[in-house]
Amino acid sequence: MGSALSQFIMKLHEEHRSLEDYQGGIPRWCSGCGDNAILTAVQRLCRDENLAPERTVFVSGIGCSSRFPHYMKTYGFHGIHGRAFPIAQGVKMARPDLAVFVNTGDGDCCSIGAAHWIHAIRYNMNLTVILHDNQIYGLTKKQASPTSQIGTKSNTTPRGSVLEAMNPLTVTLGVQNASFVAQGVDWMPEVLYDIIARAYRHRGFSFVRIIQRCPEWLPKTFEAWVHDPGKTLLLTHANGLTPSAETSRIYKNQREHDPLDIHQAREIASSVDPIPVGILYHNPSVPCYEDLRGAGAPRTAEAIRAGLDREFDKFTIWPDEAREPRAA
Amino acid sequence: MSAVLERPSARDQAGTKPAVKLPEHIVEVISDSGEGAQRCGQAFASIAARSGNGIWTVEIIPAEIQPPARSVAGASGIRIRVGSKHVNNGGDETDLVVAFNEQVLLGRVRAGELKQGATILLENIWAEHRDPAVVKSYTEAVKALKESGFRVIDLPLEKECRSLMSDPRRGKNMFVLGVLASIYSLDLQLARDQIALTFGKKDQKVIDSNVRLMEAGFAWGEANLDFKYEIPAEKASVPQIVVNGNTAIALGVIASGMDICAMYPITPATSASHYLSECFEKVGGIVHQAEDEIAACAFAIGASYAGRCAVTITSGPGYSLKQEGIGLAVMAEIPLVVVNVQRGGPSTGQPTKVEQADLLTSIYGSHGDAPKVVLAATSIEDCFYSMITARKIAETFNMVVVVLTDASLATAQQPFARPTFNEEWLAPPIDQSPLPAGAKPYDWDKTTGIARRFSPGQPNGMHTVTGLAHDRASKVAYDPIINEEGLRMRSLKLATLQKTLKTPPVFGDPEGDLLVVGWGSTQGVIEEAVQRLRDEGLKVSALQMRFIQPMPSGIKDILKRFRKVMTVEGTWADRPHEDEMIDEENRRYAPLAMMLRARTLVDVDCWTEAKGQPIKPGQVVQALRAKLAE
Repeated sequence: MGSALSQFIMKLHEEHRSLEDYQGGIPRWCSGCGDNAILTAVQRLCRDENLAPERTVFVSGIGCSSRFPHYMKTYGFHGIHGRAFPIAQGVKMARPDLAVFVNTGDGDCCSIGAAHWIHAIRYNMNLTVILHDNQIYGLTKKQASPTSQIGTKSNTTPRGSVLEAMNPLTVTLGVQNASFVAQGVDWMPEVLYDIIARAYRHRGFSFVRIIQRCPEWLPKTFEAWVHDPGKTLLLTHANGLTPSAETSRIYKNQREHDPLDIHQAREIASSVDPIPVGILYHNPSVPCYEDLRGAGAPRTAEAIRAGLDREFDKFTIWPDEAREPRAA
Repeated sequence: MSAVLERPSARDQAGTKPAVKLPEHIVEVISDSGEGAQRCGQAFASIAARSGNGIWTVEIIPAEIQPPARSVAGASGIRIRVGSKHVNNGGDETDLVVAFNEQVLLGRVRAGELKQGATILLENIWAEHRDPAVVKSYTEAVKALKESGFRVIDLPLEKECRSLMSDPRRGKNMFVLGVLASIYSLDLQLARDQIALTFGKKDQKVIDSNVRLMEAGFAWGEANLDFKYEIPAEKASVPQIVVNGNTAIALGVIASGMDICAMYPITPATSASHYLSECFEKVGGIVHQAEDEIAACAFAIGASYAGRCAVTITSGPGYSLKQEGIGLAVMAEIPLVVVNVQRGGPSTGQPTKVEQADLLTSIYGSHGDAPKVVLAATSIEDCFYSMITARKIAETFNMVVVVLTDASLATAQQPFARPTFNEEWLAPPIDQSPLPAGAKPYDWDKTTGIARRFSPGQPNGMHTVTGLAHDRASKVAYDPIINEEGLRMRSLKLATLQKTLKTPPVFGDPEGDLLVVGWGSTQGVIEEAVQRLRDEGLKVSALQMRFIQPMPSGIKDILKRFRKVMTVEGTWADRPHEDEMIDEENRRYAPLAMMLRARTLVDVDCWTEAKGQPIKPGQVVQALRAKLAE
């Protein structure tokens, strides 16, 4: 038998994991798809946080984004369109010990699943949520989504979409109990990683909208932003992101923003050009639904027997009159 | 004191009237919504049950919370069948009714709910109302009722209560309880105890004033009524509990070891979740009120996937909304228990009324081939045990189990033997043991179709479940052979379960002229009707289906031993005798009749009713006579 220390070191060694430990199937997204950047950032996060793959669950809905769990080597739940949030909530409620992520798209979250999105914010369960927002329906082949910019030509809007785009950031920040709201873009991988890492570490509903390019259906939509760093507003703060010197050298358009300031967060969130990137809002003190609801009595057979008998007593007619419960 | 109609002489002394012994009686208390008729009736039923009588209660519930006063549509009340022996359904028409105004009564009369010559105790304050229209309506109604042969007795409810309560409207119901206690010779002490239980959450003053009201009603009955009944009771030899079907479902959820119930409010299912919300947390469970029915289903699926088996409780429209989620659970083989407390449909239909029209949608619901287990609780007691059975099947076979009840079981109360907890009812703890390297999450046994369930947290079990077609490793596959393998395995599980099911027993002789087949809540009604005919020497038997998908073996053999077979179902089905457009080529049979015809190739007829009221044994008797005469 070795010493406790050597066992401890061995254990550490055993549990150290590499990127391969999180890499599942080979992604089948189109080349140049922004989803790849998100996958890379998330796999890095899992490695750096040394998440046990068997204790990590990625839950998704339907759409290009929602293929995500298949490409992880963790537990995954590729659900049905729009319902990733309630499925993930069920997982978290049953097993608060698991790390639960949600991958959803602009159609999945902001259209068919919009009701669940609003309420997921209210529940504030400890989920790391990644909104893969490419502003178009990809898997069903180019239909306008709620976040499509006005005038977007698609198969259902051949003369251009007529409605203003929905802004997922302002929507999220408008809901009571929002606790973490951030925005990243697929073409800034280092910042994207930092944002996702901050989101993971927040205990509560961490909502990260990631603007991602769809090279197949909207290849030019974000060209101007990709080529002009001045069109990005980088949010910095001691309690938010502190960009590297390298990042700051390229992205000079910066604004110091305290993530606790929800009013300023809402103002920043409403900006479409420049695109704000960073932590818009972070309030660590919003209680989580699973904590509010989950602190129940112990679940033992004895407790259930006693509880059931207590309930039966309320409704029982005893053959022996003496045992008849007489209310005070 | 007001005059009592058709009363030869008032008696002043209590307890001097001879009580007429009756085998059973059906009593109704009916009022405007909010006047407490249901509370009165429930208390009356509980006292009768505690005295050892068989009881069955049926609630009369308006769809609105505050419908207009003195209106037919606003009738709110309860009907209680009290018997010397065990009672397993609501019975036929009402023998005695206490009505708080004539309008709520008229709806019941028009619906044919009152027995010819029934006794009516009617609040008489309306005769002196300041609005002449009310006086006229009341007077005319009393006249018409008497002309129709009803025995109408003036009940000075408000006048009597006024001396005891500042707001007499709030005390009438307990006064009526006292009147009923007098009429049916109930034990006053039991009545006092029942009031203490009913108002147990309130302070002693409330209990005391209600006891005074009840005692005043009792004294009034003793002094003013010239009749008195007694329904002899036999005390049960074992402890019994008196609950309604929804409470039984909730108790069954606890007893089954499930600990997450995800729901969205819907009539008439919600009271199950109300009751669970009261007591579930004390045993470590939670009721999650989701943002909608879809989310409730998805939440339950997520919880089940994570290792628990969760339940979602709903009714018709909510059940429709859950269909996509149910299909996901079928495809991903996630255990799930879904309770559908059926109500009148389609669409919003009759939210508070009974119907049995969701059988086929339960069997075939969701798109694609989505095999699932469907069982229908046949009694209030069965509501309790069905939940334990459902959880066990769901987790053994990794399947969706749909438990069908309906509005008639949901709010009806009946005593049954107090269950004795058995640890085997509970789910085993979540399996977190490491899986062998290379283990596949859908490693189906080729004979049974069953695969070992993997739960997150188990090392080596990592995979992504998906609603897409998938292979044994849960990898998405559009391969034709793999697709059929998955379909075959999911279907095989039903056959495997079917092999374990017992053939349901025949009520009556195993052969004869007519077999009546029912499913779910109609067991008591059908068996009573069949027994009445058997008592006349007719060769009629009954068969009640609990498992409908899969259907147990031996059904065809049973059907073949009868000259005629007919189902009795609480749903709409075409009536070839009534509608000239209907013939054998276009006739839509009732759901169970269709299932039996398809399964057995026996020419099964059906008789159905969808009036929103529980089917009465007398109506079934008539239908069976007609069928025998064909």
